[in-house]
Order: sequence, then C-alpha cells, then structure tokens
Amino acid sequence: MQIKFVKYPRFIAMGEVQLEKRFQDYLDGENKIEPKDWMPDAYRKTLIRQISQHAHSEVVGMLPEANWISRAPSLRRKVALLAKVQDEAGHGLYLYSAAETLGIDRSELVDDLLSGKAKYSSIFNYPTVSWADMGAIGWLVDGAAIANQVMLCRTSYGPYARAMVRICKEESFHQRQGYEIMLSLANGTAEQKQMAQDALNRWWWPSLMMFGPTDDLSPNSAQSMKWKIKRKSNDELRQEFIDKTVPQAEFLGLTVPDKDLKWNEEKQGYDYGEIDWEEFYNVVKGNGPCNKQRLADRVKAHEAGAWVREAANAYAAKEAKRKADKGQAA
Amino acid sequence: MDKPNDNWKIWEVFIRSKNGLSHKHVGSLHAPDADMAIKNARDVYTRRSEGISIWVVPSEAVTASSPDEKEPLFTPADDKVYRHPTFYEIPSEIGHM
Repeated sequence: MQIKFVKYPRFIAMGEVQLEKRFQDYLDGENKIEPKDWMPDAYRKTLIRQISQHAHSEVVGMLPEANWISRAPSLRRKVALLAKVQDEAGHGLYLYSAAETLGIDRSELVDDLLSGKAKYSSIFNYPTVSWADMGAIGWLVDGAAIANQVMLCRTSYGPYARAMVRICKEESFHQRQGYEIMLSLANGTAEQKQMAQDALNRWWWPSLMMFGPTDDLSPNSAQSMKWKIKRKSNDELRQEFIDKTVPQAEFLGLTVPDKDLKWNEEKQGYDYGEIDWEEFYNVVKGNGPCNKQRLADRVKAHEAGAWVREAANAYAAKEAKRKADKGQAA
Repeated sequence: MDKPNDNWKIWEVFIRSKNGLSHKHVGSLHAPDADMAIKNARDVYTRRSEGISIWVVPSEAVTASSPDEKEPLFTPADDKVYRHPTFYEIPSEIGHM
C-alpha cells in the first residue's frame, strides 16, 4: 500500500509527507516498528548510527577489563570477570545483528570502528590502573549503562528493543559483581578501602558523562524522543542514576567526589555539581587518556584473529567438499 | 585490512528452551556454514541455559510476507467473529462448554 507512492515519482513529495505522518501516528500509538516496515530515512540512519555505536562500545568495553583477567585476585573473581567480558562480546553481536536488520552490512560497521571513523562510548578511553577499577566499572559504568538500557527496552524499533531485553537481563550480574568487589575492598584493610575510594574518585564523573550532554545542549535528543527511540532525556537518566547510586556509596562508607552533592527534599533527588564538559568533548574528539591505545588494541585483536576466520572458511570448504564427494559416491 | 569474513552468511537462530515448547526465534549471527552456525549460536544465545535445542536457518532461505500486504492478508479475519466460541449463546444451565 505505502510503496505505491514510490512507484509514481509525481507523488513522491506528497507521499513522503503522508507516510511520515502515518509513521508518527503509529509510533504515538506505542506501536513497534519492525525491519520490513516503512520508515523515514532519517529514522533508519539514526538507528544504524546509535545501534552500531552501542555495539562498538560493547566490543571496545572488553579491553579495559580484559587488562585485569590474568591478575584477578582469586579464581572466583577471575571466572566472573571472564564471564562478564564474554557477555560483552555477546552483547556486541546482538547489537550488530539488530543493526543489520536495517540493511547495513556488519563488515562495514566493523571497518568504520577499526578505521577510527565510528564512535563508541568515551568511558572506555579511561585507563584501568588498579583492581578496584573492576569494581568501580561494574558498579558505576554498568550501572549507568543499565539505566540507559532499561529505557531502551521500550525503544520503538523492535529488534533493538529485543536485544536490549536480553542485555539487561545479563547486565544485572555485571553490576552486582562490581559492587561486590567494592564491598570487599571497602571492608578490607585501610589500604584496600583507599583503593576503592580512589577508583570511585576517578570513575564517578566519567560515569555521569556517559548520559551525554545536558538536555539544552543535546540537539538530536528531541527528534529521538519524538520517534520514541529515546524514552527519557539525558538529564532525567543522569538524575535517576545519581539518586540510586549515592546511597550505595554511603553503604560502602565511601565519599562521592562532589562537594556540591546534596539531597534536595523538594525535588526528592540529589543536587550535584557542575560536570566538566570540556573534558567530555576532549575525550569524544579522541584526546582521552586511552583513545589511541584502545583503537590500536582493537585493530591488533582483529588482525590477530584473521587466522581463525581463515581456518573457519577452510573447514567449511573442506566439509562442503566432503559432503559433495559422499553424495557422488552414493 | 583483511576481510576474510565478508562472505559469511547470516543465519537466523531458533532456540527450544525445553522439551514441550516450540523453537523460538532469538536473533541472528554470521557463520561460514551450518555446523559452525550451531556452535556460534550455542556461545552467543545459550550462555545461561536458555536452550536444549538449536535450529539455524540461512536468512536468505526465509520468505516473509510483506508489510504492504498486511491489510489484504490479515484484516479479513477481523470481521469473522463467528469463528470464536464467544459468538454462540449457550444457556448458563449448560455450564462450561
């Protein structure tokens, strides 16, 4: 029905406007869009960009933690960290699959990541200098990611929403294992507690930046909200995260590194200090502490994995030949 | 940059969570052949005991109805209320039927 307009160039202009109105009405009725449904080009492009950036973030997110797998303090911690990093690889794959339903090829997305063209979450451009960082990442970084991802379970594009439901189920373990690491350190020796505090000091502000610029400076947010890709604003999500996390820090006996942090009875939430947006944009532009290292490590991992892909191809070809020969013999 | 995996097919993955239930679509993945698609599906989609049986189907083998045909295909059923049990009036003395 919709496609008919496209077949008659004369009607394209009128058709597009009507189609977009129908699309918006459909979204306003809280309906989901599925891969073969008509969608505005800009909606498709926004989703490809967002889902692929999300996938890249999962993939690059493996690197800061992989750094500590071989030095985890116990076998219990090691299996947990391994499982978490493996989950992140899986999450990357779910998300690339969701992006592919929009008509883009995965290899194109991977190339964009490896060439440095595509973006990923800036949080992974910070270094992991101590074991306590594994705790802080699970607790704060995964905590912030969960806030965002719980919202995305209700996003308007079906395949993205379904990937998010799977991911959210698995992320809960990530955050709990992180908090448990923080708890052990906070209840340990004075030196261990200091390690935990130091990690909190370094990861708090970058975690708050994960939600993106403030609402008044987030130009694409309004359209994403209208299309119901985003269901809550950056500042709303950030506030939720802070309100949930501050009591958890208090329970650990640690201090959130924000002197302006104060409970606001009226808004039933915390007031918090100014975020250093200059730092944020600096890291986004590629000048964070680890941008170059992360990309170099990712390229190295991809190239070092080439023999696995080649071996898989060779095995598939051999098996196909074996089956064909068998068929001939019979 | 090498791209040896560019020609890997996309496979749709279906998982049976336990006997007695149908296989259900869970997502897709890339693999060079069906056997490796099964192995990849096991790693990607059943890390937490989600399944006891996996089907993989090349995406290109799936024929789907077009969203444009939604109305002619599915709306005719909407006005056939007589296909539902509640359309028929049965005296309450009869009880559940």
